[in-house]
Amino acid sequence: MNHLPEAWGRPRDDVYGAYDHSHLRPSMPNQHTQEPIVTGTSVVALKYNGGVVIAADNLASYGSLARFSNMERLKQVGTHTVVGASGDISDMQYLFDTALEDLVIKEEYQNDGHHLRAKHVYSYLSRVMYHRRNKFDPLWNVLLVAGWDDGKPFLASTDLLGTTFSAPALASGFGASLAVPLLRRVCPDEESVAKISRERAIEAVEECMKVLFYRDARSTNKYTMAIVSGEDNKVDIEWKKDVELQKQSWKFAEEIRGYGAQIV
Amino acid sequence: MFRNNYDNDSVTFSPQGRIFQVEYALEAIKQGSAAVGLVSKTHAVLVALKRNAEELGSYQKKIIGIDTHLGVALAGLAPDARVLSNFMRQQSMSSRLLYNRPVPIARVVNAIADKAQVNTQHYGRRPYGVGLLVAGVDETGPHLWEFQPSGMVLEYRGAAIGARSQSARTYLERNFEAFPDASREELVLHGLRALRDSLAQDKELTTANVSLAIVGEGEKFKLYDGEEVADWLEKLGSTQSSRGSRGAQAAAAPAGASGSGEGGDSMEVDA
Repeated sequence: MNHLPEAWGRPRDDVYGAYDHSHLRPSMPNQHTQEPIVTGTSVVALKYNGGVVIAADNLASYGSLARFSNMERLKQVGTHTVVGASGDISDMQYLFDTALEDLVIKEEYQNDGHHLRAKHVYSYLSRVMYHRRNKFDPLWNVLLVAGWDDGKPFLASTDLLGTTFSAPALASGFGASLAVPLLRRVCPDEESVAKISRERAIEAVEECMKVLFYRDARSTNKYTMAIVSGEDNKVDIEWKKDVELQKQSWKFAEEIRGYGAQIV
Repeated sequence: MFRNNYDNDSVTFSPQGRIFQVEYALEAIKQGSAAVGLVSKTHAVLVALKRNAEELGSYQKKIIGIDTHLGVALAGLAPDARVLSNFMRQQSMSSRLLYNRPVPIARVVNAIADKAQVNTQHYGRRPYGVGLLVAGVDETGPHLWEFQPSGMVLEYRGAAIGARSQSARTYLERNFEAFPDASREELVLHGLRALRDSLAQDKELTTANVSLAIVGEGEKFKLYDGEEVADWLEKLGSTQSSRGSRGAQAAAAPAGASGSGEGGDSMEVDA
């Protein structure tokens, strides 16, 4: 008998020839997401006195190619919550069409009067994101969760590492650089949320979408907006779909210097 | 030794459609000392009678805290209650970790019901030999559930399990209309009076043998034991069963009606 445990229970090499170990190995290496492929750009969101406004444009880019122009990147989860995703679109579709759909079905199937609100959905998503990063197979997204919770507006974000962050004004992707400073002019801190009206919040987010379209080369002029508004424990979610940017002005483009075929 | 051929395992029906092992498990609850639970619009209360195996021994724990919004009182095999309460603590913890939400009472009760039911359907397993009263508060208010080893769970406004619990149940049935609007203190006293009625004639409620737990909206689950119940017993006044000589009549009634259960003094197990 062979003294090596590896050989036990195997056909004898001297009779049948050496065992072909390649049969035990999978034919392909493990495929983990190494980089996003088809991507969505910024999601922008702002709290106001009585709710949250959240918006994302409808473009899915394949690299720098504007590949799909009808890709909605906001999803309603249950009755209290809207989730917005930027980053990899296929990971977004897994989250929206499989993970969150299953989550809501499982919750409502109990039929016991309990429902997942924004903070519960947010907690679940952040756990999923962190779990996947621990498997070295992250979901390549930044997610914004907007909703109404405990009689207050709720807004928080999580990303491909499972990092959690919350603020009265949030934006992902390019918007984190470009939109957040604009939104913070309107809403510098949590206290100022009380002073912002629904109209003011919508206007501020619309403005951000416009500025993002001016300067973000992966954006488009058609976007989706959801307004989650609440009073005590009643919630209403208004959807504005396929909204086109209004009153664009490209005059500023003449002033841009530094690249292109210009004579400075 | 055996009642018949149909009680060797928990998967065989008798020709009358009964599963004897499950019924024996339900009997095990009646061997345990009494536990009472009741709810108002704002609070849920558990009270239980503790027993010591012998004079020099400690008293068996009767109420187990699960989470800050939830706890159980047990009657029957304490080790089985440990298994179930540990499982409930896990459920509670994972609900907080995954959803950032205290587990809804009905959900965790249904989870142990499912566990118990599985035991009645697999050869080589046995049912849990313990009954639980689960009291807690969630987003839909205070709740009281009774769990049985058969896998059955029911929600109650007031419930009592364990030895001589019929007397406590009688008290609850006579007073339950006052429970919803009762104050925290009134609710506890109702519970103690119900528990007191389940005492044997020569017994009384003491700081040593009473366990009490309160949970409410905006009030965390708190277990009161030993000297902590002294104030409550003082408020209660008399610590002996008010049923006195009526005890014999009351015990006779259910015995005649059902022909089983805890009828009469022959079933007394307060030792």
